[in-house]
Amino acid sequence: MAWYTVKRLIQGIITVWFIATATFWAMHQVPGDPFIGEKAVSPEVEANLKARWGLDKPPLEQYWIFMRNMGQGDFGISFAQESRSVNDIILERFPVSAILGILAIVFAGLGGVLYGALTALYRNQWPDVLIILLVIIGISVPSFVFASVGQLVLVIINQILGFNVLPVAGWGDISHMLIPALVLGLGTMAFLTRLMRSSMLEIVSADFIRTARSKGVPSAQVFSRHQLRNAVLPVITVLGPSVASITTGGFVVENIFGIPGLGQSFVLAVQQSDYGVIMGTTVFYGAFLVLMVIIVDLLYAWIDPRVRLE
Amino acid sequence: MGFVVLLFLLGQVNQCTGMRSSSIGAVDAASGTITLNLAQEPPQLDSTKATDQVSGMVLGHVMEGLLRYDANDDLVEGVAESWSVTDTEANFKLKQNLLWSNGTPITAHDFVFAWRKAVDPMTASQYAFILFFIENAREITSGDMPVESLGVTAVDDYTLNVRLREPTPFFLSLTAFPTYFPINQAFYESRDGRYGANAEDLIYNGPFTISQWVHNANVRLEKNENYWNKEAVHLNVIDFAYILSDANAIINLFESGDIAQAGLNVELVDRALRNRWDIRQHVDGSVFFIEINHREERLTRNYNLRKALQYVNDPSELVNKVIKLPGNLPGESIFPVWLKGVNGKFREEFPAKPLMTNNDKAREHYALALEELGLDKITLVMLSGDNPSANKQSEYYQSKYAKELGLELKLDRQIFKQRLQKMTDGDFDLVLAGWGPDYADALTFGDLFTSWNENNRGRYASPEVDRQVDIAKNSSDAKVRMEAFARVQDILNEDVAILMNYERGSLYVVHDRLENVARRSVGPDPDYAFARIVDKES
Amino acid sequence: MSDIGTYSFKRAQVDLDREEISRPSLSYWQDAWYRIRTNRRTLASLFIVVFMVVVAAFGPMLWHFEYDTQDLNQTSKPPWASRAMTVIEPYTPWVDRPVVERWSDTGAPADIQAIGFPSIEFVRLTWAPVQGATRYTIYRTIVDPEDGPLGLPLGNVIGESENTYEDRIDLEQRTYWYSVEATFADGSTTSTTQSLDVAAAATLDGAIESGWIEADSDLQPGDTLKTPWHPLGTDYLGRDMLARLMKGAQISLFIGIVAPLLFILLGVVYGSFAGFLGGKVDSLLMRFADFVVALPFLLFMILFKLVFGIGAGESGILPMLVALVLLSWPAAARLVRGQILQIREEGYIDASRLLGTKTTRLILRHMIPNTMGVILVTFTFAVPSTIFTEAFLSFIGMGVEPPIPSWGSMCNDGRKTMETTPHELIFPAIFISITVLAFNILGDGLRDALDARMRSTE
Repeated sequence: MAWYTVKRLIQGIITVWFIATATFWAMHQVPGDPFIGEKAVSPEVEANLKARWGLDKPPLEQYWIFMRNMGQGDFGISFAQESRSVNDIILERFPVSAILGILAIVFAGLGGVLYGALTALYRNQWPDVLIILLVIIGISVPSFVFASVGQLVLVIINQILGFNVLPVAGWGDISHMLIPALVLGLGTMAFLTRLMRSSMLEIVSADFIRTARSKGVPSAQVFSRHQLRNAVLPVITVLGPSVASITTGGFVVENIFGIPGLGQSFVLAVQQSDYGVIMGTTVFYGAFLVLMVIIVDLLYAWIDPRVRLE
Repeated sequence: MGFVVLLFLLGQVNQCTGMRSSSIGAVDAASGTITLNLAQEPPQLDSTKATDQVSGMVLGHVMEGLLRYDANDDLVEGVAESWSVTDTEANFKLKQNLLWSNGTPITAHDFVFAWRKAVDPMTASQYAFILFFIENAREITSGDMPVESLGVTAVDDYTLNVRLREPTPFFLSLTAFPTYFPINQAFYESRDGRYGANAEDLIYNGPFTISQWVHNANVRLEKNENYWNKEAVHLNVIDFAYILSDANAIINLFESGDIAQAGLNVELVDRALRNRWDIRQHVDGSVFFIEINHREERLTRNYNLRKALQYVNDPSELVNKVIKLPGNLPGESIFPVWLKGVNGKFREEFPAKPLMTNNDKAREHYALALEELGLDKITLVMLSGDNPSANKQSEYYQSKYAKELGLELKLDRQIFKQRLQKMTDGDFDLVLAGWGPDYADALTFGDLFTSWNENNRGRYASPEVDRQVDIAKNSSDAKVRMEAFARVQDILNEDVAILMNYERGSLYVVHDRLENVARRSVGPDPDYAFARIVDKES
Repeated sequence: MSDIGTYSFKRAQVDLDREEISRPSLSYWQDAWYRIRTNRRTLASLFIVVFMVVVAAFGPMLWHFEYDTQDLNQTSKPPWASRAMTVIEPYTPWVDRPVVERWSDTGAPADIQAIGFPSIEFVRLTWAPVQGATRYTIYRTIVDPEDGPLGLPLGNVIGESENTYEDRIDLEQRTYWYSVEATFADGSTTSTTQSLDVAAAATLDGAIESGWIEADSDLQPGDTLKTPWHPLGTDYLGRDMLARLMKGAQISLFIGIVAPLLFILLGVVYGSFAGFLGGKVDSLLMRFADFVVALPFLLFMILFKLVFGIGAGESGILPMLVALVLLSWPAAARLVRGQILQIREEGYIDASRLLGTKTTRLILRHMIPNTMGVILVTFTFAVPSTIFTEAFLSFIGMGVEPPIPSWGSMCNDGRKTMETTPHELIFPAIFISITVLAFNILGDGLRDALDARMRSTE
């Protein structure tokens, strides 16, 4: 296990190097000068700016400096907010995205299991129909449409009630996070509900359930101890990959709800050609995903004895 | 249906956590607080380097120059208590006993330090040019002279002497501009390169101080107890509690009573009307036009082609049917209507010759152009930004040119920096462009199309325009200057240097209890420094 | 072993009829088709998918509106908007403005009246001015202002005796409340409000230019004409929504289908290459695929879009395709490689090999058909997610270039006016939703039909 962990970590580091190289290469192909401004700048000023960020050096040297600094965990300075380092910006913004993402995953996971179990229990009765409808919306309505409509509905509800049930936008306490997290988690929730449903239905007809029933185990116990527990397993396995799809939606949700997360800052950085932030965010985020995959793999091995580590 | 389930679930969660929004609403008279939104995080609060509107707006609340603008857009005393300007120099007498927010006295040395910093080539400030009216500033920025040679001296702690490069009758209005704000040298150096990075990395001399700055989340301003004119400041707190640029989300916040002011775009007008909100108009001072590429190899160098485009151009149709937002004025001249002239408004004293839309004449000129160029059909490239209003306008022109002239317009949408790059490289035929004033004088628009101006991205060159601007720049006689600009105005239209689009106006809604918010075309906008909360029965 | 006497055995009665295969033998694909045919949901979704493809392919050819033809007199019209318009005289600048005949004696402007026929082309207002006023501000609103704010400030006229204003900005056929507010030297204001019905109207020239009537039409001012029918309304530049949605279907489906086709093809080649070769090459190839998988998808989609750059007049479809293919192939490659490794070990392959089957036949007869199912299912699920990606990128302004519509960019445009003209958001959203849903259900059905192991229990 220890050897396997070390091996995976080394692979992870190589992967991050690959991501960093690809990002560096891509950034240097982008046309447009990051220092160009609305007001024309004199050549002397531009030369000074380039020297300050080391953009006057040959690409290979820039690459070497970038890699060396990155190795020390330093992504340099933001081009657009000169007095701030990219590390500052990422450290500020990543926790926000992470909290939102975790909350969305929790919503999606809990909702998926609950709804999935409910639909399976009340197969073809009204709760089933209702939840399937929810699933259909979750699968087919793009998150940006859902976010916009959701915000408007919230405004209307707040107005009808005469006070703010939940804030419409912004960032602060948990009340700001609920709606964005719900919007963000809905697609995944729908996916998990579907998975849970079919997994439940499959298990209903499994031998060990029949055995338990025939032994006279009360049906509530059969449900909670055997059926639910076994049905949840496949749901857990897909939670990992869901992280990626949740962060995708995060871009739009963060913009519409004014949440100061990493996605919002990336879109802004792209618009401002803020090389430092673009490269820093991409590499950091890629490294984060790689780490998540390793952790999930190790967890599987730990939870499920059938998984053997080579 | 999904919503019902969602909202049910949401209600449950909300009950469990027992949390509620902590915001106190748009205006709170008891604590003297107003809550607002910022379009983006202020990217740069070092006044020597700030270039964007949001930073300028925040700086305008927390810093003060020698002079400042009042609510009527008139220049009034700031740090200076008296002043005099001649053709060659300007002298300022500073108020004594003024203190920075950390208790340090404000002296003339703070201005000398800040201005030298701004023109220092190592600072590489994009706004260094705004100090180029001062002796040697240009040479210092290009590295030819030491920063100490800048024509500004602190005669004593409270007397500032400025030597001008050329007659600058509008120099006083420049002193209200953020790049001219003072910086305390000792404090600046104590921050070790992080000046302006955080709330504690700044000291303030304006009506407010930044008491809290959570990056990308909020900026909170509190009344500055050390401000010399604090009696005139009624608000205790200006809380920019949201950093949000999505217009719909902002209006949702306003509708929920979370923020006190919000901009309206054309899509939101009906919603504002139905809610009976107090809608106001603001002229932001900028002029929008289609810049034409006059470089040698370009088809648009052909006069008849440009004339054809000018005859097709219909600014009033653009404003009434495409932009559709009242407050925008159909463009007639590079000089906007609000500019001051000799005694009154420039455009009333020197009206622009009207440009009539005439599709028949346009087709005649187009036919001539085809003949001269030896082409069957002309295809042009229109460069524009990728924002919704630029999309709308470029699509409008594409359709219009095709219909009226049979000219094919290819659209080249680029994000901000890429568009600027292409403009600088001359990689366009036409580009949707605009110009906002840096100071309150016709020169800020007048010298835009001189052959030496780097911002003249179409490389339009006319010896006569150059000559007239030279005349204006070397005189402090208002009549001589304005007549020169009037000549520039005529030449630009006759020669079809550019195609006029519109003068930008905007609509916004304000909370009915918030009054005295100053909106202006030049200087920090909007200005809440002297706003107040009034009582009103709702 | 004990001896078993022959008497213990009895000849069994052989019933050959029972052994007879009563149903025709079905091949894999026949069986799959049978399953699809009998699953009503799958069949319905297949029908929807085919319908969408047909609409995208032929709709724009058949429908008489072009997706990029603007009609600035018909912007943001919902499908149910009235189509009748009165023909009026051509617009000429207002020169014969009325002189002041009467001053108001109420302290506020009085007698607000429309001069001529108030229509969406122009509304000409006049009023009795007030003595002492320095300027008049004209407002317009769509609900009775009562005592509240007067609404949209249209403009100012400066001077005590000014008594006219012409409103041409964004007029619609409805009742407006016009207010004239007089401002006095001391800053105080008074105002009067008057409601006015504004009619739909068009000048003859305008109607011809918009293509509503023929150039040789004998319509006279005062007659009524009917504007063309836009079954799904128009957008913010007066372009036909149906035409745009169909063109958008072309773009969205093209990217949604072609990109997965390409990256799955690439994945199949890459994966089977790795799977067949095995060993060092295999692990090297798969390590590279792992790298590509690790690239943050959306961040790189945006980066690639910037790198490729979109020149003037280009649609931006090609860069998006390239970026999608470059980033999405590894999943398919992994899947195919896994399948091939697995099938290679199956008993029936060994059996077949023992029976002397040649490698080529093995691949064609066993490997390909057995992976085809999985590939087809993967493809069907890749389509909706690619459509989503495209819509998403267009939504954040990184997608196809205007005026070419895509469902995502149409949603983005429509979102801004979802309160006042919801049809601009609802229709593209419905198109996306239905298509994505249909592909998902089709994918489920195909999975049931093609892949016994992946069969869901639904």
